[in-house]
Amino acid sequence: MGLVDRGRLPKPLNSLLNLGRSYSLWVYQWGLACCAIEMGAAFGSPRYDVMRLGVIPLPASPRQADLVVISGTVTDKMAPAIRRLYEQMPDPKYVISMGSCANCGGPYWDSYSVTKGVDQLIPVDVYIPGCPPRPEALLEGVVLLQQRIRNEDMGARWRGEGSKPIIVGDKAGKSALKSGEPSVV
Amino acid sequence: MTSTESLIDRRQMAYIAAQASDARVNVELETEGMTLNIGPQHPATHGTLRIIARLDGEQVVWAEPSCGYMHRGYEKLTEVRTYPQVTALINRIDWLGSFANEVPFILAAEKLMEIEAPPRAQHIRTILFELSRIANVSLFLGDLGVQLGAVTPVFMAFRDREYVLNLIEAATGGRFHPNFDRIGGLKDDLPAGFVDETRVVMKKLRNFCDEIENLLFGNEIFQSRTRGIGVIPKDVALQYGLSGANLRASGVDWDLRRDQSLPMAWNKADWKVWTHPDGDSFARCWIRLQEVRESTRIVDQLLDSIPSGPVMAKVPRIIKVPEGEAWVSTENPLGEMGYYVVSKGDLGPFRTKIRSASFNNISVVPWVLKGVYVPDIITILASLYFILGDIDR
Repeated sequence: MGLVDRGRLPKPLNSLLNLGRSYSLWVYQWGLACCAIEMGAAFGSPRYDVMRLGVIPLPASPRQADLVVISGTVTDKMAPAIRRLYEQMPDPKYVISMGSCANCGGPYWDSYSVTKGVDQLIPVDVYIPGCPPRPEALLEGVVLLQQRIRNEDMGARWRGEGSKPIIVGDKAGKSALKSGEPSVV
Repeated sequence: MTSTESLIDRRQMAYIAAQASDARVNVELETEGMTLNIGPQHPATHGTLRIIARLDGEQVVWAEPSCGYMHRGYEKLTEVRTYPQVTALINRIDWLGSFANEVPFILAAEKLMEIEAPPRAQHIRTILFELSRIANVSLFLGDLGVQLGAVTPVFMAFRDREYVLNLIEAATGGRFHPNFDRIGGLKDDLPAGFVDETRVVMKKLRNFCDEIENLLFGNEIFQSRTRGIGVIPKDVALQYGLSGANLRASGVDWDLRRDQSLPMAWNKADWKVWTHPDGDSFARCWIRLQEVRESTRIVDQLLDSIPSGPVMAKVPRIIKVPEGEAWVSTENPLGEMGYYVVSKGDLGPFRTKIRSASFNNISVVPWVLKGVYVPDIITILASLYFILGDIDR
């Protein structure tokens, strides 16, 4: 991996690596509130079935995960645990913030105990609006993230040169992606 | 010195030696206490409950749930919302049975305003209430398998739950959080084709119950993991303020749907309140299975007799609730849920006390976990069935 972190990976190797990474995402399910049930419906139900997209939603611990889905209300009491488990994930790691609560506080925008957005704690790659978002929206978020991973420069990711977060359902966000492919979902 | 004395002496010495060797063995086998921390994020806790358990070997000496990881300050937030806004908020207390959360609050507000919803609205409210109970408890029945290491039931539960969610979505527009109840009635009438569709789905749900009964409840492993485990006697259940299926599983015949006279349509259907004398994990699960069946029966009967008429009473456009205090509680999927609304004649409530079922239901956890083995912690917690939003609010 020395080539990767110096940003000198040959281009074919880079795209091969990205292809592999995008279709073998191990998702750590951080289910907190209502959205956790919709995440369960997307990840664990026969109707939505996320595994057909090349996503494995059942790692044993965050140390085996590439992607974490923060779904639900993040409270100030929960915040240290989220930060700690995010730090235990191996690089390169991605975060999907699912639902209004995790995005910005949602209906609890004036509550005394709710963290107004998980992006205050960890960097977020994909925002999924909705209260709660439908399982299809989560699948769309996963597909958009996979598109981004496929076109990613590993070196830039390694150096922490962040790109703009994706917002599901936002046209400007979609056009920010390098490839113009329409999403599949 | 006589020979008997020396004999006694020898016996005593042997006894002391045996004691000493026993003591040595005991020292070797002595287990150090260990504190096991389950959660706050653990698949077996249905969310963010943290259980701190002090173990001696494999046995729990002392256990305590640590709440507050999902505390969102509902009671304070209701003070700065208007009455219609509060219903949008309280949907999210018990997120699996959202519609059932709205009903007691709306009934309390209606009680203060001294209005009553028209009979058609009461009927539809009851149907949606029972549909949300089915959506809630069917997921419990699936999740139960996961706690015991069987993954198949959860797929079945998600499969059949989608049908119920589709019905709720068709009627209210919200898959999860309908926000459909209004003071004085409902936002809208039922859509065309709802009645026929619901009948088909109710049949599917009864099949699901039979499948789960064959797959889980008849399973030998399931029975040996739940029978006689986590027994809560009748008096303890009453002392800890348990409600809902947990109380009925301990042999108390108590159901607010039957015992209270609310402006709802439960008394227009013929159904049965199930109780179980055992009070163990199996009884709690079994009672919930029967509840889903009874709910499908209630819905089927109510569909036959929906009265005609409007779904909304005459209510002023800007709702101001007159001064006063009201308490209304209903039998929600998890147990008794009630709202104590204090009004000072403003647009919003002055103070709301929310009595949610799960908070009282898990208060028995330190008592019931004392002395159980570690794998049984998960079964007992699963059978007590709580939802974190309902505990912490």
